[in-house]
Amino acid sequence: MVRTTLAYLIAGWSGFFVMAVELLGGRLLAPTFGSSIYVWGAIITVFMLALSLGYLAGGRYSMNAPSVRRLGVILIIAALTVVPLLLFAEPMLDALSQAVPDPRFGSLLSAVALFFVPTFFSGMVSPYAVRLLVQDRQSSGRHAGQLYFVSTFGSAAGTLLTSFYLVLLLEVNQILLSLLLISVAIGVIAWLVHAARNETDQ
Amino acid sequence: MTRSLLLLSLLICVTAVAPSARAQLRLVHSERSLYREVLVYENGDTRCMCFTRNCRVGRQSCIDTRHPNRMVMRYPQMMLAALFVNPAPQSVLIVGLGGGTLPRALRQVLPTVRIDVVEIDPAVVRVANRYFDFKPSDLTRVIESDGRVYVKRAQRTGQRYDLIMLDAFDHEYIPEHLLTREFLQEVKSLLTPQGVLAANTFSSSRLYEHESVTYEAVFGKFFNLKRDNRVIITRLGALPDDAHLRTTSEQFATSFDVFGFRAAEILPLFTQARDWDPGARILTDQYSPANLLNLER
Repeated sequence: MVRTTLAYLIAGWSGFFVMAVELLGGRLLAPTFGSSIYVWGAIITVFMLALSLGYLAGGRYSMNAPSVRRLGVILIIAALTVVPLLLFAEPMLDALSQAVPDPRFGSLLSAVALFFVPTFFSGMVSPYAVRLLVQDRQSSGRHAGQLYFVSTFGSAAGTLLTSFYLVLLLEVNQILLSLLLISVAIGVIAWLVHAARNETDQ
Repeated sequence: MTRSLLLLSLLICVTAVAPSARAQLRLVHSERSLYREVLVYENGDTRCMCFTRNCRVGRQSCIDTRHPNRMVMRYPQMMLAALFVNPAPQSVLIVGLGGGTLPRALRQVLPTVRIDVVEIDPAVVRVANRYFDFKPSDLTRVIESDGRVYVKRAQRTGQRYDLIMLDAFDHEYIPEHLLTREFLQEVKSLLTPQGVLAANTFSSSRLYEHESVTYEAVFGKFFNLKRDNRVIITRLGALPDDAHLRTTSEQFATSFDVFGFRAAEILPLFTQARDWDPGARILTDQYSPANLLNLER
């Protein structure tokens, strides 16, 4: 039961995390490349591409001794790969915009450099969680549906809260740092619960 | 029930009043761009560029088709008053073309000045050219680019300007990266030692407080000119005193006649009174919810 709840929680939070980072990504790129439709196009392209490859990798990784602890670790890795963004986004963007002055390909390259890795790891979460939730073929569709629901609902919440309220209250890096800390906290809980369960199992 | 009745009657009032007010508005041209729909409407002798149907959310730029030099809108008059601070700029940067009112007026007053206009939307440039009598030339260059991207590039190539005019905002959507402290610092670094900045800004929403403290953080004191819009005029170093403003404005005593206003009308608008909340949060690249702030009164 705890394992199921955690799998859903991690998938839902990961959905929230991805969309919040995506919206803030627009903020980070705007001073260097503007906020034209092609800048958003570049960001969305990279997020979709990274998620799609993350799905593949997550599904593959779930074949080998899947556990909620490992799911928590994926969440923590996705969060930690946001750290370079907090520290080096500005000099990286300056350097990339000088190397590729065309704002379309400059923003595409920058989006790859800044967002590909965290989004790739976030993409691994959903298929991995499906593996933890599905017990038999008969209920597999229901579990997958519930997981899509939780994950996409999390994305909707992340989009709305970030664009309506969070940017009004906090700085971009403060929001990113909060997201990161929440991810790490949930990941650690997954780790501890797993350990506790193993103890009771024995 | 009463509430919905009230709403209904309100709706009827609005729809009854609206058509008569807009009866004269005639769509002359429209074209879609990457960013928006650029619309040209005529109402009698007044032709306006708008980004919303029936100019619902304000007009970008207007021209009097019979007297093309007359300034229909009032904020460009205040922008031109930047010349009272430095009457003879050699080079000007204008961010945001609109119908080209500002570059056309500057060209008339200063025939030899070099003008660079940055406009993000090629459709706006085309429409300004065809419907608003704006003609680029060797001395009036148009650069199709995001304002901030251009400013950063100009910074790297060592470009400098004696006068910079920021006019890239409309009432519907504000490019938030053009309102931050970092952007203003980049703009400031493009000014020559006598350089002057004039910026068209918001006056009615909470954004007023935030823009005021942000400009103050970067430029220190500034002149705050208010009519329908608020125009900020400032320069590097200390601001000139009233006597200097009066003397230079007298140089332009009759030069603005063709535009339909007098320098003497604008001079009294120069004030340094700080009528904003000094505790408002400064807008930065990290914190720039300008569009959300503009929703709050």
